[in-house]
Parts: sequence; C-alpha cells; structure tokens
Amino acid sequence: ETRPSSSSFPGRVVSNYGSCGGARAGGADFVREAPRAEEREQVRCPGGAEVLQTNNGPSLRGLTTIATHLVKQAKKEQLLGSTAEEKAIVQQWLEYRVTQIAGHSNEEDIRIILKDLNLYLEDKVYLARNNLTLADILMYYGLHHIIAELTVQEKEKYLNVSRWFNHIQHYPGIRQHLSNIVFMKNRLYTNPH
Amino acid sequence: MPLNPPLSLGPGLLGLGSSALMPHAFPSAGHVVPFLTHPRVPALHLDSGTVLFSPNAICQYFFLLAGEEPNDLTNQWLEWEATELQPAVSRALYCHLVQGKKGGEVLGAIRKTLTYIDQSLTSKATPYLAGEAESVADIVLWATLFPVLRDESCLPDELQALRSWFQTMNLSEPCRSAAVSVLTPKGAQAFKVYLQKQPGPILHWEKPAANEPEEEELAERSLSEEEIAAAAEAWARGPAALPERWQPPSPVLPVEGRRNVLITSALPYVNNVPHLGNIIGCVLSADVFARYCRLRNWNTLYVCGTDEYGTATETKALEEGLTPQQICDKYNAIHVQIYRWFDISFDYFGRTTTTQQTTIAQDIFQRLLARNMLLTDTVDQLRCERCQRFLADRFVEGTCPFCNYEEARGDQCDKCGKLINAVELKKPQCKVCKDSPVVKSSQHLFLDLPQLEERLEKWLEQSWATGNWTANSRFITRSWIRDGLKPRCITRDLKWGTPVPLDGFRDKVFYVWFDAPIGYLSITANYTDQWERWWKNPQQVQLYNFMAKDNVPFHSVIFPCTLLGAEDNYTLVNHLVATEYLNYEDGKFSKSRGVGVFGDMAQDTGIPADIWRFYLLFLRPEGQDSAFSWTDLMLKNNSELLNNLGNFVNRAGMFVCKFFGGRVPPMELGADDKRLLAHVTLELRQYNQLLEKIRIRDALRCILSISRYGNQYIQVNEPWKRIKGHDADRTRAGTVTGVAVNIAALISVMLQPYMPGISATIQRQLCVPQACNVLTDTFLCLLPPGHQIGTVTPLFQKLENEQIEALRKQFGGGQPEDSTLELQVQAARVASADVTPPGPGGGAVLAGDPQKVKELAEEVAKQADHVRQLKASKAEKGQIDGEVAKLLELKKQLALAEGKTPELPAPKGKRK
Repeated sequence: ETRPSSSSFPGRVVSNYGSCGGARAGGADFVREAPRAEEREQVRCPGGAEVLQTNNGPSLRGLTTIATHLVKQAKKEQLLGSTAEEKAIVQQWLEYRVTQIAGHSNEEDIRIILKDLNLYLEDKVYLARNNLTLADILMYYGLHHIIAELTVQEKEKYLNVSRWFNHIQHYPGIRQHLSNIVFMKNRLYTNPH
Repeated sequence: MPLNPPLSLGPGLLGLGSSALMPHAFPSAGHVVPFLTHPRVPALHLDSGTVLFSPNAICQYFFLLAGEEPNDLTNQWLEWEATELQPAVSRALYCHLVQGKKGGEVLGAIRKTLTYIDQSLTSKATPYLAGEAESVADIVLWATLFPVLRDESCLPDELQALRSWFQTMNLSEPCRSAAVSVLTPKGAQAFKVYLQKQPGPILHWEKPAANEPEEEELAERSLSEEEIAAAAEAWARGPAALPERWQPPSPVLPVEGRRNVLITSALPYVNNVPHLGNIIGCVLSADVFARYCRLRNWNTLYVCGTDEYGTATETKALEEGLTPQQICDKYNAIHVQIYRWFDISFDYFGRTTTTQQTTIAQDIFQRLLARNMLLTDTVDQLRCERCQRFLADRFVEGTCPFCNYEEARGDQCDKCGKLINAVELKKPQCKVCKDSPVVKSSQHLFLDLPQLEERLEKWLEQSWATGNWTANSRFITRSWIRDGLKPRCITRDLKWGTPVPLDGFRDKVFYVWFDAPIGYLSITANYTDQWERWWKNPQQVQLYNFMAKDNVPFHSVIFPCTLLGAEDNYTLVNHLVATEYLNYEDGKFSKSRGVGVFGDMAQDTGIPADIWRFYLLFLRPEGQDSAFSWTDLMLKNNSELLNNLGNFVNRAGMFVCKFFGGRVPPMELGADDKRLLAHVTLELRQYNQLLEKIRIRDALRCILSISRYGNQYIQVNEPWKRIKGHDADRTRAGTVTGVAVNIAALISVMLQPYMPGISATIQRQLCVPQACNVLTDTFLCLLPPGHQIGTVTPLFQKLENEQIEALRKQFGGGQPEDSTLELQVQAARVASADVTPPGPGGGAVLAGDPQKVKELAEEVAKQADHVRQLKASKAEKGQIDGEVAKLLELKKQLALAEGKTPELPAPKGKRK
C-alpha cells in the first residue's frame, strides 16, 4: 500500500489502471520524457488513474489521453501515426494497452497477450508497421514488468515480442530508469515451442 | 457530419462500443482477426492487409477518412468508454440476459457511469459530448449504451441531460438504421448466446476486498453565503446553546415521546475466542452506534451476551473434564475480559444459560403450540454408533450435495453457501472419530414457516420501507424467501439446552437457532424485570440488530417468524445491520492454523485498544469485504492518526499553552475563519447523516476531514510566526489558535464513539466540560475565550516497521515465510543445473545442510576479520564498503542455511 493519502490528492478516480506496476510508472515516465511545454502541467495519479492538470483547460484523465496530449504539445505528431490507417492502428494498440495490459493480469491472460503479440509482430518492426509510435512506447512500459519475469526459454518462445521489445528498449530516450532486459543473441533451445 | 461511411458497414456498427457483445451473426469470429486468440468482432479488414479489431479504432478510422481529427476530449471519451463504460455495460447486459434480472438491478450496474456522462453534459452545457457538434465520442458511447437502454424512457428523470442527448442520438437517421439492421428482430437477446459463454462479467461483479471506501466526488463543495453566515451565527451562541446531556438512568427503559433505541449485537458463541473479524462484525460496530446514540441524547440500551447451549459445549466439557456449565463460566469470563479491554460499552452483557432463558423460550414455544404453528415429523438423523450419540450438524462433514465441495459442514456448505440437511451430505463422517455415521429416526418439532410466510412478507415490506437494512441483508433475505420457506426443525436430541416442555419430547432440547435469538430477550430480562417494555413495545422502540452477514437469515426470517407466530406484540427488528467479511492479510482468520489476531492476543501486541478500534472501524467491511493488514495498520496509524489527527489536536493545544499561557485567546472571526466553520459544520452534518444510516466507516472519514481542514488552516495562517509580529498579527494568531482548539474540542466529541480513550484524553488535556458530550448539527464555540486548558501531550505513538514485522511473524501472515520460500525455489532452480541465471542473491543455498552451515560460518568469521583489519588500517572507504557488502551477503546466506529468515536491512517482498 503505497497510495498517497487522500489529503494530498483530493481528485476523484475516474478509471483505475490497476496496480502501480507498469501502468503508472509508464505513464509518469513518458511524461518526464516528453519535452515540456511552457505551461506548467502536472500529472497526478490518485489511486491509479492519471490526471493531467493543464493550465489553460480542464484536466485530462487517462493514460493514453494524457500521453497523446503531451505528444502534440511536444510537436511530435508523427508518434501518433501519419495516415488515417496508421492513426487508427495506434489508437487500437493504445486501447489494447489500457484494457488488456492493465495491472492485474493473471498468468493465463499474460500468456495469451504474449502469444497474440508474437503472432502480430511476426512481419512487423513496430506495432504500426514501419514507424515507431506512441503505441510502442506505452506498450513497452506496460509490458516491462511482464517481460522482466520471463525465463530465457519463454523469451525464445515469444521471439518476435522479444525482438520488438529489445529494439524499443534501445531506442534513444525510451528506457528511462527501467532496467535493461537481457536477451540472448543465440538460441539456446532447439525445440522452438 | 458525413456519417455514411460507418453505416455502410452495416451490422458491424452497433458493436462499435460493444466489441464484447457482438451478436452471433459471426459464427466463425475466431478467424476474423488472425492473430488474436479470443474472437473479436467486429473487425475491419483493409485492403492493405491491416485488420482493425477495436470498434473504437474502427470508428475513429472512419472519422479520420472523413477529415475529422480526434482531439483531447474525444480521446478521453474513447478511453473512458473502453476502460469504464464497456465493462459496466457488459455486466448490466449479463445480469439482464443471462441472469434474467430486471430494470432497477440492471440499471444499477451502470448507474455510476450514466451519472458521469450526465454530469459531463450538464457541466459543459453542450448538446454533444465533445462540444456543439456530433463527434466520434457520441457515436461510440451511444452504440455502447443502446443495447441496455434502447430508449430514453428507462433513464431516471434526474439524468436530464443524458436523456435528451440519448434521445437526439436515437432519432438520428444513421443510428436508427444501424440499430434496426443489427438488433431486429431479436433485440438485445441477440447478445445472449455470446454472453452465456462468458464467465467474465460475473467475476468482476463480486467486489474484491478493499480497504478504501468507494471513491466519491471529494471536490470541495461550494458554500453559499447563507451557509457561512449560519455557521458563524451558530458558533457565536457558545456552549450555552447545547442541549442538556442525557444521563442514562438505571435501568434504561423506553420513555414515551423519546427516541428509544434498542441495540443488540449477535451473541458470540461461548467456546470460541472471538477474532478481529467477529469483533468488528458485531460487538464493536454496535458499540460505536450505541455510543453515538447516547451522544445524541437518545434513550439507548445496548445488550449482548454469550450463546452457551449446544453440542460444542458438551464436547468441550468432555475434553476438559468439566461440566458444561463450568465450561461456559470459564469462557464467558474470557469474553467479558476481551470486550472490556476493547472498551465495549454494553449496558448489560449476559448469557443464555439462565432461568429467564428457559422461561421465555418455553413461553414462546407454548404460544406457538397453542396457535398451531408447530408440526411434528420423523427426522432421519445421523448417529455415530462409536460415539454413542446423534451428531449435531457441526459434527458431521461430508461432500456437498449441491456443489460437491468435499469439506461441507452438516448445516451449510462453506463453498456454495447453501444450507444443507446433514443427512443429505454425501460420504458423511463423524468429525470426532471419523467413523461413518448411520441414519436413525427420531421425532421432532418444526416451526411451520410456510404458514407464516405471508405475515413475514407483509412485515418485511413495512420494515424495509422505514428502516435501514444494509443491502446485503435485504439481498440475503430476499433470496431466502424466493427459494420458498419450508418447515424448520426446532428441536435436537441433546442434553445441554433449553428443555422442550412437551410430553414425548422431554428428552430433547431446543435447537440453538430457535433458542439463541431468544437470548436477546432473556438477557434483557436479566438486566431489568421490566424487559417487556423493550421487547413487547414495537410502537415506541426502534430495534437495531448488528451481525456479520452469515447470521442474516436467522434474524430476518426465522426469528421474526417465531415472534410473529407467537403473537404477543413483540418488538421486531427495524434496522438489520450486517457486515461483510474481514479477511486476515490475504486469507481467512484460522484458529486451527494459528493465523490471525484473536481478541485475547490483541492486548499482548502492545498496541492500545483505541488504535485497534480505529483501524478495525477504518476498514469495517461495509458494503464489501476488506482485509486486515499489518502494514496498512502501521500506515494508517502513522498517517491518519499521528500525522493528521494527533498532529492537529496537539498543535492546537500547544499554541494555547505556549503563546497564550494556557488560556483560549479572544477571537475576531474574518471571512476565511467563517468559511472554515461552515466547512466543519458540513462535515459534522455529513457525519450525523452517515451514522444515522449506520455507515460507521464512512462517518469516521468526516472526522479525519475536519482535522485535515484544521491542519491546513494552521499551516496557511502560521500562528507561530504571527505571534512574533505586530498587534494585528498577534490578534490574528489568537483567532487562529482559538478556532483551532475549538475544532479540536469538537473532534474529541465526534471521536468518542470510535476511540473513547483518546477522546477522554483530549478532553482531559483541553479541559472540555463533560456537558459538551452532546452532538447536534451545529458547531458551537465550546471553549470560549479565557477557558483554561491543561497539559498537552502527544496522543499517538509511531508504529515502527520492525515492530510490525515482528507482529506479522508472530501472528502468521505469510510474508516472511514466503520470501524464504522464494529463495529456496531459486536455489532449487540453480541446483537443477538449468540455464536459468541465478537469483539476485547470487548463489542461494538450500536450508538445513550442516556442512554448508559450517563452511559459511567459517567464511563469515574470516570475512569479518578481514573487514576489521581494513578498518584498522584505515583503508579507502570504497574498499571497506565493498568488503562489508560481501560480509552481509555471507551472513544472509548463513542465516538461510540455518533455516532462519535473514534479517534484511530494508523490508523486502510484495507489498499489498
């Protein structure tokens, strides 16, 4: 229980992204990473839901909403996709991030997430095909604690996820304080699955 | 708005917000999105090969094609839809279509989300969700809501803005045609087949244990000028405006024209030492309410006692070589002692083994008999031939006939909760000797519940309309009645009980569930010979029953039927207050496994009773299960009590002592001070309203809010600086100090039901007159200028991590054991020569290897010498640190090898 007392955060929880594991760390980190606009904006997460207090508008709630807002503030719109199709794909994976990888996933859920992602990433460099987007960044933060728990054998089993993850974590400026996860360069297990 | 593209999608659209809810129109849904394990529809397959499986993303895509870019607001709505609304709607539909529930209950599942939408529309005062024009947010939310709402008529009137928005959407041509193409002719039934296969929603439906109340809008309420003026005016009236304090007469009896409150707590079974869950479930909750009622000057009687009859007592007596009566005497004393330690303010704590019990129980029985409310029947009972006796329900175990749970008890299954007739158990076993019992016949008496059902329902309807029954008590009662009432056996083949006064049954006694609730009456009768003025006086008396939820049916169905059938103008329960369960750390309290804190041990922890009371009440399982946690206890003590409440009261008092010679200074109230008075008044009223509805845990938070206001007030006004300033500043310091110390005095009164000891301490320190212990809806200046206060000392002590960890270990709770276990597992992995890299400890070792212990002990000694030498030779700090780290690591390994839990410098492991 590391929740701040309600005195410091009188805001109301609109949605709960679950445990403070990946979701919260991810949210806060990304915000630190994004270049700051002049306005003094504040991200708080009372009880797990992120709230961004802007100076010139109402507060924003929700991890992906806030992240998208900050990307625009930082004038890095390319992170949201350039074509309608790309934008929709980014949107889709951001939603996947907050609905499927939000905190308390059980082992079975995690297995399915990794299996599906592995299949999806089979022919892709990034989630939205050939360009790094916000979807990759937030998925990286969301999956970090899961990937960190994987055994060498499991990392080999989800080879495409591992390749993608390793790529993202080495992308300049992304990893922040999160630990570097080691992936074997050579395969140790002959039986692929 | 070019809405044509999405609508050309046809059947897909309605699922826009409802990915989980698509009709079975797509039988091979699994193939639609090739990379997803779980079928997701609708999906949009683009020419490029891209498959979009998120309805919100699909919708967004069409809007992008039409040139509509998303903005912060639409993004926020879409995210909220996916994370909040969608799960809620799934639950509502599941509850409606699969479980067949109607209107109110279905709407209940989405009520909060509907209110949220309504408030957003109202506060922005725009016709659409994201502004003046329709956007992707409107389409997505409408599509999600449509299957549950269909039309706006089922929306409650107060959700005006939502109603008109939904109506506008429904009437728009694109939405109408989409609805027709997807939901005609079957309507929402189209989702049924899909939902039936989903176990999902029902799991979320049951709330997990939670120690925080449901979050509500905590935003500061804006105060009107009238409220502020009224608060200031009330304050100025001073202590003279207090009503005279009620002094309980002896005995307390109902008085015509007064509010007469009769409070009972479920009778604890004498043989069990109560654990914390039992204590918060009934006696402590009832105590808070009783103390509160007394503060309100209500004529209050609080009774309880030990429930002493039954087989368990007989058996225990055999075990200990005592008579049943001696056993009861012994354990009754333990109960009395525990409740005294917890400062439970019973007016009378009695027991059921009294002559009054026999007289009253037999009288009720005779009245039932005379009115033909009893039936006779032959009962097949389990008899253990080896033990030579009929087996009471609790002495049989077997497989549940309903759910096949293997450790079902003779009366109820712990897994599915259904009541069981012991002879229906599969594979029954005598719990004492493990023999299989045989079925034997015996004549018994039954209470004819079917005959009383109509009267019961009529009474319940009236009691529910006027009383405060907790939601769980209504729910449990309703499900009992819905299953239909059956005659219920009220006699048993035992000796230790109230004898049945009827020929042919004289060797039997009453079953405890007939007998025990009568204990409330007989215990009162032992308190006063005028007990009937409480118990046969429904016109003047309000009866409150406190209990944990497993006791509900006996208090809401069986006992009321007994009293209704006896027809003697009995006082029936008006307010049935049932708690959920309190868990211990992550599991259940268990006497046999020695897990959890039991009443007699709490005092050995060195933590004062008031802290226990506070923490148990702070997490009272009100509305949902909650869990006791040592770490949380420490946090709440250190944050809420020490830093918030204790800090405020102490500072307020200290300022009076240090700056004003112990006398409350004169006060000149300005606008800010008056606003504060109004805020405090609001909290006080909220506190009263909550406690009148017996929401004990929520009301406690009002006290903490007041002290938070107080802390902020002191912090902002800095009296310790102003006191050194000019005259105006000094006056200001006086006002702030005076107001603050008066808030502390109010807190001492409000806190009395929760922490009577701390309340008394504050009142002693501030010299608050006894006459102030009355609660009204107004905040009066109780300590006027010139009032002399006493010596102020800190109220609370910090709980330290080491102390808490030691207690956790002592009482069982898993954490230290777990971490040892984890290391052992890691060790096992290393040992199996797998490629798994070694754990963080380097090479962990398995516990218990003497050779290894010896080697490590030598290494530790060697390394320790090495460190000493380095230090002696004044080596570089970096080098010493490195060697010390090695030494610590070695010591840790040694501890592990010896099978001890290593002493880690900082607490490690999972936090809850």
